[in-house]
Amino acid sequence: MIALKSLLQPHRIVMMALFAALVVWCAITLRWDWIPKYAPLALEGLWTTIWIMAVTTVLGFILAVPLGLAQAIGPWYLSIPARSFCTIIRGTPLLLQIWLLYYGLGSLFPQFPWIRSSELWPYLRQAWPYAVLALTLSYAGYEGEVMRGAFSGVAKGQLEAAKSFGMRRSTMFRRIWLPQAIRNVLPTLGGETILQLKATPLVATITVIDIYSVSSRVRADTFIVYEPLLLLAIVYMVIAGLITLAFKRFEVQVPH
Amino acid sequence: MELILETLGLTESAQLLSLSAPGWGANLLRGLANSLKIAFGAFGFGLLIGLFGAYGKLYGGPVLRDLLAIYTTVIRAVPELVLILILYYVGTDLINQLSAALGYGRVEISGIVAGIWVLGIVQGAYSIEVLRGAIQAVPPGQIEAARAFGMPPMMTMWRVTIPAMMSFATPGLANLWLIATKDTALLAIVGFSELTLETRQAASSTRAYFTFFLAAGGLYLMVTLCSGVVFGWIEKWARRGQPSLREGRG
Repeated sequence: MIALKSLLQPHRIVMMALFAALVVWCAITLRWDWIPKYAPLALEGLWTTIWIMAVTTVLGFILAVPLGLAQAIGPWYLSIPARSFCTIIRGTPLLLQIWLLYYGLGSLFPQFPWIRSSELWPYLRQAWPYAVLALTLSYAGYEGEVMRGAFSGVAKGQLEAAKSFGMRRSTMFRRIWLPQAIRNVLPTLGGETILQLKATPLVATITVIDIYSVSSRVRADTFIVYEPLLLLAIVYMVIAGLITLAFKRFEVQVPH
Repeated sequence: MELILETLGLTESAQLLSLSAPGWGANLLRGLANSLKIAFGAFGFGLLIGLFGAYGKLYGGPVLRDLLAIYTTVIRAVPELVLILILYYVGTDLINQLSAALGYGRVEISGIVAGIWVLGIVQGAYSIEVLRGAIQAVPPGQIEAARAFGMPPMMTMWRVTIPAMMSFATPGLANLWLIATKDTALLAIVGFSELTLETRQAASSTRAYFTFFLAAGGLYLMVTLCSGVVFGWIEKWARRGQPSLREGRG
């Protein structure tokens, strides 16, 4: 094991011992008595964070494929709107986008009686649809740009070969172009997914109860400042580590 | 002008956004100025951390290198919002303890200084990576030549390494600057009156949410697009004297 050997250098052993001492010191001197009381709420929040991240990543990616395609090969009446969408999303803060959708649309919808009487109204009254919409659009904006590069980066010869085999355009796209493009940007996608995870706490500002808002609630209820934030940071680091691992395994499986 | 607004149905929005008293335009512009001040300060502070951090990562001892690796990994894995809260509380605590130890009372920290400190530490972690990559891309022969001429390390850094790495670092630094301008919006949650918070206050007191949020979005977009142009110039300047790919091909 090379990894273990590199960990066992003298200075790293000393640092790990110091770190362990720090953890023990934190466990003993800091206050953790609030954990049992808030654990069920924290689990619920963790679940919200994870599903919002997963749903918006998948939806955003589905939206990003046509955005990237339109920018890479589309005619001007498709490529210009796609490029403007990506510029606008990337040029404004996500917090502003979330608030625009939640407060803006949220204040506009109740004025229309047909929306209030429709079957969607019970959902539109809640906060999470706006959070999901904002995060999806944001991911699509960043990813559309990445996919544009990915689509134009696929070697031309491969597409010509597929064409000369008599593949139809849709088959060619499904079997050659898209898989090649995704393979090329897999590392970037991993990074963008972690960025998406780091964007999720913003939904707490529009009253969605995620893991971040649980920690602010603990802070507000008990006046304990550092402990919930430390635990929160560790939770995010663990999730980010899991995403990195998952993408690493995925990258190993993809043939080169 | 008024006729155009009238036909577009924007008279009300124009009144709300006007710079004089009943309108909220001046508030938005003040917020924008605060945002830009914080972004500039944080970007500069981050660059300072980044330069020394990159040197530490490349030439430092094993302990320093491990510590810097921990710093960059942790900062990049934790959401900015959580970091902002942690650093904000740590910063105010430290300053208050310091002033108590010196015999003064509690100190009020200005929003701008706190924002620069918090976002600067976050920016530092990213700029270490950008600058490390850029320094590594400089041909080592150039730095060795400077050493062979007997230049002291600081002079080598100023005269050789920094100018030579600029062309590699500019795209990454442009991204960092855009992240800095957008991250200032997060300070709205801690309660600094920058553009996003001013916008929200204006919007909730007039109930004209779309007008104000779209106007703020326009302001942010303007900053982004102008920065793109400026960084284009900087990149062109940093590449002066280097053969360009396009000319080489033709």
